[in-house]
Amino acid sequence: MKEGSNVSDTEVADARRVAAMERCPSDAPLDSSATRTILERYPRRDPGDLVNILHDLQAELRYLPEPALQETASYLGLSPTQVYGVATFYHGFHTEPRGEHTCTVCVGTACHVRGAARLLEQLERDTGVASGGTAADLSLNIEEVSCVGACAIGPLVIVDGDTHGHMTPDSLSRMVTKLLDTGEQE
Amino acid sequence: MTARLADAGALTRHREALAAGLSPSRGVIAVCVGTGCRANGALKVCEALRAEVEARGAAREVEARATGCQGFCQGGPLLLLVPEGVVYQHVRVADVPEIVEKTLLGGELVERLLFVDPVTDLQCRKEEELPFYRPQQRVLLGASGLLDPTSIDSYIALGGYSALARALEMGPEAVLEEVKRSGLRGRGGAGFPTGRKWEACRKAEGELKYVVCNADEGDPGAFMDDALLEGNPHSVLEGMIIGALAMGACEGHVYVRQEYPVAVERITRAVSQARELGLLGEAILGSELSFDLRVSRGGGAFVCGEASAMMASLEGRRGVPRRRLIHLSERGLWGRPTNLNNVETWANVPHIVLKGADWFASIGTEGSSGTKIFSLVGKVANTGLVEVPMGTTLREIVFGAGGGVPDGKAFKAVQTGGPSGGCLPADKLDLPVDFDTLEAEGSMMGSGGMIVMDEDTCMVDVAKYFLRFLASESCGNCTSCRDGLALLHDLLGDITEGRGTRATIALVEELADTVEATSLCALGTSAVNPVRSTLRYFRDEYLAHVDEKRCPAGVCKALISFSIDAERCNGCTLCAVRCPQDAVAGEKKQLHSIDQELCIKCGICKDVCNRDAVLVQ
Repeated sequence: MKEGSNVSDTEVADARRVAAMERCPSDAPLDSSATRTILERYPRRDPGDLVNILHDLQAELRYLPEPALQETASYLGLSPTQVYGVATFYHGFHTEPRGEHTCTVCVGTACHVRGAARLLEQLERDTGVASGGTAADLSLNIEEVSCVGACAIGPLVIVDGDTHGHMTPDSLSRMVTKLLDTGEQE
Repeated sequence: MTARLADAGALTRHREALAAGLSPSRGVIAVCVGTGCRANGALKVCEALRAEVEARGAAREVEARATGCQGFCQGGPLLLLVPEGVVYQHVRVADVPEIVEKTLLGGELVERLLFVDPVTDLQCRKEEELPFYRPQQRVLLGASGLLDPTSIDSYIALGGYSALARALEMGPEAVLEEVKRSGLRGRGGAGFPTGRKWEACRKAEGELKYVVCNADEGDPGAFMDDALLEGNPHSVLEGMIIGALAMGACEGHVYVRQEYPVAVERITRAVSQARELGLLGEAILGSELSFDLRVSRGGGAFVCGEASAMMASLEGRRGVPRRRLIHLSERGLWGRPTNLNNVETWANVPHIVLKGADWFASIGTEGSSGTKIFSLVGKVANTGLVEVPMGTTLREIVFGAGGGVPDGKAFKAVQTGGPSGGCLPADKLDLPVDFDTLEAEGSMMGSGGMIVMDEDTCMVDVAKYFLRFLASESCGNCTSCRDGLALLHDLLGDITEGRGTRATIALVEELADTVEATSLCALGTSAVNPVRSTLRYFRDEYLAHVDEKRCPAGVCKALISFSIDAERCNGCTLCAVRCPQDAVAGEKKQLHSIDQELCIKCGICKDVCNRDAVLVQ
């Protein structure tokens, strides 16, 4: 993260964390009624729906907090171990609080041969967040995906759901700086 | 809303009513909103077209329709004018008023939006004139560029679900016989004869049987299943309903990769539309067939493309493959007879039922009938989805449809078959692509990914890339796969980072044999293919890394250095400004130089230089 003002990095980080928490209190005490509402969409209580339920919970809560996993286990009549096992087996689920923005670098083969690894390195270098991780101030998650089917415009990066094609380390660097400073992509 | 279709006659009448409701002169301007075009801004183009058509009072004559993938991703966003067949490429919102004014109202073409054939320098007006489409036979993909994938009526109007009506008339045994005779083989990669699989499931004992659609397309660089699910979801559903009839299954699952949110949405919508019309549920089209479907999202695990791992995932467990001593057709999901086919396989079924096994078998080669969709990506001029008869040569695909390697670079290899496949060099380009030929050469057709690599691609790095992917996707069950792949990845890391010797290569080969021999599922046993094939065809690159500590392609960071060409540098300072390390020194209009101590080899200087003055050695 580039400097540019006379505020210290720690202060910026603290301010961001507070702002992020206000916007999305992902660490707030779990509202069990939200979990309940989602679980009740699956009245058959079929263990086969577990992965679908975890997706729905994560879409609502942004990650899978332990109490939600416990409640899911008892709702489906499964052991908490099984539910936790599933939640940690699949790459799509997170059991730790998530950041506000998500930057996903496509590392599919087509993007790889066009330099995706350089994008990932640049992103890690710029933000100090390792791939798969979340910034300490909860401002950003860095992820990888193996192909989203838009190979024609690779290498590409998806920022909060919007795809940006033909990225270079330099253009990515500028975009992410702007994203973290202003919340806007372009 | 249309009422439930009581029988096949009601379906025909519904189709006729749809046709009668449209003016025969009405044209369609089909905007491709497949993944590639959508990422390129196609949704905005479609919105603008609709608004402009409306504003000009032309909505009765022309429908601006968002369709699925039209295949030619390179030209995205794409427009197809129906019925004329004219293709416009790289369409921007700013082009919309002119398209409506000139083409839709004036009948003239907007010439700058036409594709120009780089060989003949001629403008291509119609789809069939584009070199990209010339070798193709778009049995499966053709409709996805025409219909509105969010509307079941759009599918029915084009003849959709008439194969189901025909299958119900034929009866399960005749349908099974037709699929068997067609020679259809599984499109997911394994190529097992579909008819035989169906027969085993049909014969298996059990009241409750399942059919499952494998839409967990995991091969990085392959997106044909996504295109089919997004662009023509009902064709996949229709195939599954026909399969359920043939096998006596009453419940089905579509297991979709979670990274394809639009595909999930489209197939979910298609299922509820089919249910409303009585094409799913009890007594389908008034017959004795009862069948319903659920859509399950994957959790983002490559290994779940393996059949037994997918069953585990569908049962709410970790996606760990199991030993299949008894076939899944006898004991699959919840211990019941289960038939699993890939998206593209299912999408072929309605065509086989309608046009017959002989028609299907007449396409392609003797052992591999029908067409196959390939996703042609990487260092190729025309990226996109190519559907060709099986047996088409690699050269026809890569250089015919694909237009070869761009930017005057030399072709090095084509990687086929995803992480389980291999890399084939230029002298293998005349091989026909089918289930069996490529396997004999150390690669495989697989699910149809085709990644083109040029002189700037390092083959050791590619092998390392696949191992990194597979090591992180290993479910962890077998020691040889879990630890072996990680170790192989590290050994290749030694080679790319200049620590490797010839002994490292020998160790890689030995370890590859062990992993292959002692892993349970195909993820482990085939994981060594990318290493083996690159060692087989590009051993000289490995040797350059270990003997000379040199990366011929200029990719492996530890073995390269950046410098500035004194002849070309004009001292514009761009590289110095952008260098994140302040490693570039030099006054304005003076020759710049790179401090090797500070340089982290990120390559930004090379990217930003307008004069090609940054050298990699």
